[in-house]
Amino acid sequence: MNDWLKPLQDGLIEGRVLTKNADLYSYSFDASFGEYLPEAVVQVKNKQEVVHVIRLANQYKVPVYPRGAGTCLSGGPLPVHGGIVLDLSKLPAKIDVSPGDLTVTVSPSVRTQDINIEAEKRGLMYAPDPSSAHVATIGGNLAENSGGPRGLKYGVTKDHVLGLEIVTPEGELIRTGGQTIKNVTGYDLTKLIVGSEGTLAVIVEATLKLMPKPPAVKTMMVSFHKVRTAGEAISRTLTSGVLPSKMEFMDQACVRAVEQFQPIGLPVDAAAIILIELDGPEEALRIEQEKVEAIMEEMGAKEVIIPESDEEAAKLWHARKQVSPAIAKIKPTKVSEDATVPRSKIPDFMDRLQTIKEKYDLEVVAFGHAGDGNLHPNILCDQRDPEEMKRAEKAVEEMFEAAIELGGTLSGEHGIGTMKAPFMEMELGDAGVDMMRRIKRAWDPHNILNPGKIFAEKGQKLVLRNE
Amino acid sequence: MSNSLKQAYDLTFDCVQCGYCLPACPTYETMESETHSPRGRINLVKMVAEGKAAVQDLEEPMEKCLGCMACTSVCPTNVQYGEILENAKEVLDESKPSGRLESFLFEDFFPSKTWMNRLGDATWLFQQTGADRITNRLPWNLPLHLEAFADIMPSMPSPVKRKRRAERYIRRRPAVKKVGFFTGCIMDSVFFESNESTIELLLRSGAEVVLPKSQTCCGALHAHSGKKNKAIELAKENIAAFEEEAFDYIVENAGGCGAQMIEYPSLFEKGSRWHARAVEFSNRVKDISEVLVEIDGLVFSKPIEQTITYQPSCHMTYVQKVVEPPLALLEKVPGIRLQELERPGFCCGSAGVYNLVQHEDSMDILDVKMQDVCQTGADQVVTSNPGCLLQMKLGIKREGMDSEAVHLVDLLMQADPAPRSLR
Ligand SMILES: Cc1cc2nc3c(=O)[nH]c(=O)nc-3n(C[C@H](O)[C@H](O)[C@H](O)COP(=O)(O)OP(=O)(O)OC[C@H]3O[C@@H](n4cnc5c(N)ncnc54)[C@H](O)[C@@H]3O)c2cc1C
Ligand code: SF4
Ligand code: SF4
Repeated sequence: MNDWLKPLQDGLIEGRVLTKNADLYSYSFDASFGEYLPEAVVQVKNKQEVVHVIRLANQYKVPVYPRGAGTCLSGGPLPVHGGIVLDLSKLPAKIDVSPGDLTVTVSPSVRTQDINIEAEKRGLMYAPDPSSAHVATIGGNLAENSGGPRGLKYGVTKDHVLGLEIVTPEGELIRTGGQTIKNVTGYDLTKLIVGSEGTLAVIVEATLKLMPKPPAVKTMMVSFHKVRTAGEAISRTLTSGVLPSKMEFMDQACVRAVEQFQPIGLPVDAAAIILIELDGPEEALRIEQEKVEAIMEEMGAKEVIIPESDEEAAKLWHARKQVSPAIAKIKPTKVSEDATVPRSKIPDFMDRLQTIKEKYDLEVVAFGHAGDGNLHPNILCDQRDPEEMKRAEKAVEEMFEAAIELGGTLSGEHGIGTMKAPFMEMELGDAGVDMMRRIKRAWDPHNILNPGKIFAEKGQKLVLRNE
Repeated sequence: MSNSLKQAYDLTFDCVQCGYCLPACPTYETMESETHSPRGRINLVKMVAEGKAAVQDLEEPMEKCLGCMACTSVCPTNVQYGEILENAKEVLDESKPSGRLESFLFEDFFPSKTWMNRLGDATWLFQQTGADRITNRLPWNLPLHLEAFADIMPSMPSPVKRKRRAERYIRRRPAVKKVGFFTGCIMDSVFFESNESTIELLLRSGAEVVLPKSQTCCGALHAHSGKKNKAIELAKENIAAFEEEAFDYIVENAGGCGAQMIEYPSLFEKGSRWHARAVEFSNRVKDISEVLVEIDGLVFSKPIEQTITYQPSCHMTYVQKVVEPPLALLEKVPGIRLQELERPGFCCGSAGVYNLVQHEDSMDILDVKMQDVCQTGADQVVTSNPGCLLQMKLGIKREGMDSEAVHLVDLLMQADPAPRSLR
């Protein structure tokens, strides 16, 4: 037995330690690839227990991996070097809305959607809306700096955080930021921690920004003969003075997959479609809608469809949600990337994807938040076919190269984790990665907090195969 | 790899580990660990198949699964969790020969008319002698937590009355439909009166009702505990029993049985003769509520001035996919204030024999359910399955509530249903 297990156990009053085989296997994965067995899973019930676990881990130099709901798509919570999985999803749920301040203070375990539900009860909204918001925790969202369709107009998680309470890798409980919109006191540690993927601190509380809930929304669906025209139409709209709350893109393969899976009458002969949502006061929406319609016509769109009712609109958004499961029917294993390019480069990126698809003879489809250039190219393959998986690995690498060459980035919202670590230098250069490593070393001298993430180990490569 | 493990393994590849099923799973909520979540269970099956984890590692998580199928209703990739679960149970069953009590329960007790009658008689005797009130003072514990259920059993009609029931209810005027009634084992012993109500409602709706003599247990409990061969045997007996006459419907009033009978085709190889017969059979299986709505032959004249809530059976919701008909019937009864549960789809914890064999875990789940039930302030809690009915009675007792739990058909009988054509 590990010498740290007993003192670990002793410091927990409400929390518990799980060490049965079945439990270890159940915390060995996330929604990405690979499984790694931890030596223990600790479920904490209050902040002091987090402090206890971290101090002990720092003392015994045992790795600790913070974990929320385990929906990460980049391997963030995987215990790649054994040690302790720190389950934060069982901390008591707390959602304290201060309507007067337009803020909400939450514990990291709450599901993001529940924050929005509480806010809406007071005519407010929490804007970030990752599609996993009904499952993922806000702690995970903060650690990954998650975003969703509404990111186009309202930004991503980091744009909505005012302050955090964190436990540092040396076991200090500190606050960063505060409750105010304006705050320039010292370095902005809040923004450093948001998106740090659990490698710099454990988030135990957060104060978030709320905003007034828009009084009305309007949905439009536009189809195109050419992907290029779709890309141009997006840019044109965004420079016309109208800022839609969502602009979602689906290529023909996605549209066809959805129609096979759950037919709702999407145009399967279109090369691409864009789903648009406008939000604001009713009167403004009418004017904006006409404007967008005119732009689309001028650009030679194939068809503009404006749903008659809220139910019709909901159907279209449901179809967008069905893309993910629908394409999984093409082939069982989905390698889901989120390389992001400047929006004007979407057509070029789509061309590159086509070349990659042909070169490696793979099923590649693309959809996503095209309004902000955050596409989700997906490779559909079969994990049981090692040869195909090898081709997929190569294709992923080439996708990253393409995105970076076009001025984009490896990841728009899913994070680096284990999956994209080998490609960091490609984007940031040696010196860029080194500056980040130095920050990590300063915060976490014993490298106990989520080791093996973001920074590649020597010779680390992307591996999608099951060894 | 055994055949069942291989079948389960292949199905695990549909799971993308997205976790969308976590918020729907009752055991994940009460047991608070991924080990007791759908995603965790599926992963463990995979790990066992790949030789990474041992079969024993699978035992507890699988036995603590309610089999409620709530997870299947939210899964975006349509993972066949039911099949994974049943195959995993088979793997467990193969690895460890079942104990004497268990094999008695499954081999002898449930499929047997005699035993079911004995259960009914024992309950009656128990109640007549007041023995149910003295169990509290017994110096020993009854097996399987039966003491918890002792005084919530419905009052039983005498054995004589039960024996006297007819097997055929013919109409003088032409029948609107010919119904074969599946009586169920627990329903026909412990809830005999509810079966009487079911027959009565069908007759008053204008149907002819036949109770085929050679019918037997539906086999749900067997299938859910990995005893597939026994389940197949029982399915064949029932299919044959209901082929004897040309029924428009095969009606049941127990969500658990209905769900099993709907799935009979999955027990047989596609293209086989038995598969075709099973399809014929399952196409006609209907819950009593569906048939009453479809025939639409009743008017309810006596108002029930009460708050009513409805606790649907999970198998009826997620497997049979019958959701609206019971609510539609309740809405027809004058006076009723229908107060729906916040989370009707959350299992009550009864789950076949779960509340006997996993008693504490079942009570934790029941506590969550009862919070919701208490919120409604219901005078009567309506259910559509015998297991749920007993569990609701138990929940009401544990909470010390001043409410009743009733089967839907018994509530409808309270409202004095009359044939529409006569009014
Ligand atoms: C079907 C599906 C759809 C998705 N859609 C989107 C989307 O639209 N947009 C998007 O951005 N993402 C999306 N994701 C990815 C994922 O849901 C997000 O990254 C989410 O934020 C992860 O939250 P979680 O609670 O599951 O965290 P986990 O997966 O458990 O952990 C994620 C990371 O956060 C760290 N962490 C967790 N909690 C804490 C804490 N309290 N303190 C410090 N570190 C912590 C972990 O160490 C890990 O590195 C999707 C995932 C799936 C499966
Ligand atoms: S919802 Fe379906 S695919 Fe997602 S984890 Fe659960 S079973 Fe797997
Ligand atoms: S069947 Fe019910 S208890 Fe079992 S995993 Fe699914 S939701 Fe959970």
